[in-house]
Amino acid sequence: MSTDLRAPARASGSAKKPRRKSRIGYVPYLVPALIGFAAIILIPFGMNIYYSLHKWKGGNAPLRWYGLGNYQDLLQDEQFWTSFQNSIAMILAMVIVPTLIGLLLATVLFDVLGKKFGPRVAATLRAFYYLPQILPVAVAGVLWNWILNSQTGAVNVILRGIGIENPPNWLGDTSTALPSVMLVLIWIQIGYPVVIFMSALQRVDPELYEAAELDGAGWWHRFRAITIPQIKPETFVITLTCTVAALKVFGPIYVLTRGGPESSTLVPSYYSYLNFFDKSKVGYGAAIANVLTVLIIVIAVVIMALQARSARREEAGR
Amino acid sequence: MSVATDAMLARANRREERKKIKGTDTDIRHRRGASRWFVLAGAVLVALAMMVPFLIMVLNAFKSPQDYSQNGPLSLPSELYTEGLVNFWQRTNFPGKLLNSIWISTAVAIFGAAVSVLAAYAIGIGKVKGRTWIVTLFFMANILPQEVLVYPLFQMAQEVGLNNNQWSIIIIFTVIQSAFGIYLLSSVLGQFPPALQEAAALDGAGKWRTLRSVVFPVIRPTVSVLVIFFFIWTWNEFFIPLVMLTTNATQTIPVALASLQGDRMMDAPTTNAGALISMIPAVIFFLIFQRTLTRGITAGAVK
Repeated sequence: MSTDLRAPARASGSAKKPRRKSRIGYVPYLVPALIGFAAIILIPFGMNIYYSLHKWKGGNAPLRWYGLGNYQDLLQDEQFWTSFQNSIAMILAMVIVPTLIGLLLATVLFDVLGKKFGPRVAATLRAFYYLPQILPVAVAGVLWNWILNSQTGAVNVILRGIGIENPPNWLGDTSTALPSVMLVLIWIQIGYPVVIFMSALQRVDPELYEAAELDGAGWWHRFRAITIPQIKPETFVITLTCTVAALKVFGPIYVLTRGGPESSTLVPSYYSYLNFFDKSKVGYGAAIANVLTVLIIVIAVVIMALQARSARREEAGR
Repeated sequence: MSVATDAMLARANRREERKKIKGTDTDIRHRRGASRWFVLAGAVLVALAMMVPFLIMVLNAFKSPQDYSQNGPLSLPSELYTEGLVNFWQRTNFPGKLLNSIWISTAVAIFGAAVSVLAAYAIGIGKVKGRTWIVTLFFMANILPQEVLVYPLFQMAQEVGLNNNQWSIIIIFTVIQSAFGIYLLSSVLGQFPPALQEAAALDGAGKWRTLRSVVFPVIRPTVSVLVIFFFIWTWNEFFIPLVMLTTNATQTIPVALASLQGDRMMDAPTTNAGALISMIPAVIFFLIFQRTLTRGITAGAVK
């Protein structure tokens, strides 16, 4: 920004033309990105909207105009509503619980263990918490699928070993499938907020804490009055990225339950996949994907607006 | 402001107060001396709980099916059983899958970083018109669910003869990953020191030379973090490769592992050995780049 303001002052009116020319000179650098964006994002997105206005079995089958029919059908579709209800469970498991536990773990690592036992201890523990994050989702899913398998899985073999006759069929029963999937997601997710919050805590000026300590503020009071407001930017980033990820979640569901049993773990992305490639209802699948897209964009915009407002308020407060 | 002044006052007063506090301070430290061990124990316990699935996996990757059904998942293997590993290795043709994954992820990491640097140069330093819009568009592209793109992409790939071709995956993820790269690098380059640019311009360096010999060296650390991110993200990608790569010869490790699920041959040792060797490349990668990575996650968070 500062260059924009300074340059004309120094080089007066006549320099304007070459400046504009030099800006246009940068356009070739944008070309690969713009072509890629058009071919991979824009055109497919447009085609998807077009598909959603038709009934189409896919492939060489004819497209039949259906208007907004697919969207109207969605409103009557119980599975559609179930899938979005389950999205709330996904947000609980991928955003709310990991963020709270992650904040607690990061504070403990940074505040207590890092200071009393040295940064190595804290860094090592952090690496352990982070390990599930680098695991390919499909690998994590296959591993947990086996651990929770009703017959041969590790959990039930142990349970039978200690004398429990009929251990639950974790992923195969409508009452336990969703909580089991949520547990796996929490396990995968925790490392992310831990790492980000730890770096956020390092950013906070230690003198703020010292001052508060001298004022006689207890740990909890310092945590609430200093830590929470100071790490707000990172909290917003985590909330935004994890909420988007929770709404998009596909891999774990595909590998763990395929949306079952009886749609109890169905999520929108898997439901649209099902319509695309299993039920050959391409138009309907496209409509589900479009609704999901609109929802994600709206939620992302709301979170970013909240962030901007809170940043503005902070500026004003100073 | 007021907090900062408080802090300064506090610092000035600290020396005077120190004497007064000293007595109570050591008391607190004594009490904390015991409790800090409880905190450590708690944190270690959580780490252990998170490691349990990995431990169980390693234990049972080398245990014969009979051993497993007799002694359960928690016992040490009575003998080193490698049949599961061999089984998985051969059934998936693991070396082939490994090469596929490495090739796709490396190509995406390099192309994605290149596209990101070029576009961010035009946006952050060139300040091209409509740059706010362009950055917003790329950000939107990044949060879009892949379901909204997958069927058209599938159709398009078939029309241009790239169905079941790894190039389709490379092109798609180069664009998707660089959407994030452009978003991140544009904000980094927006704060690029103007003095450096002016110096380059005075030396008569053109745009390409300025990028190559002035801008790129400065942002190289961020770019290398991007390369690592793109590699790992692409390595772990599941949905689009699952749809686009339909035969054994082209598939990546995660897709191959997932497609073996429910197979009769997949007994406990085969499953665990499969999960184990499928995660090893990611873990090696993580250990090599752990430092850069944590720094990178941090950079992404604050930017």
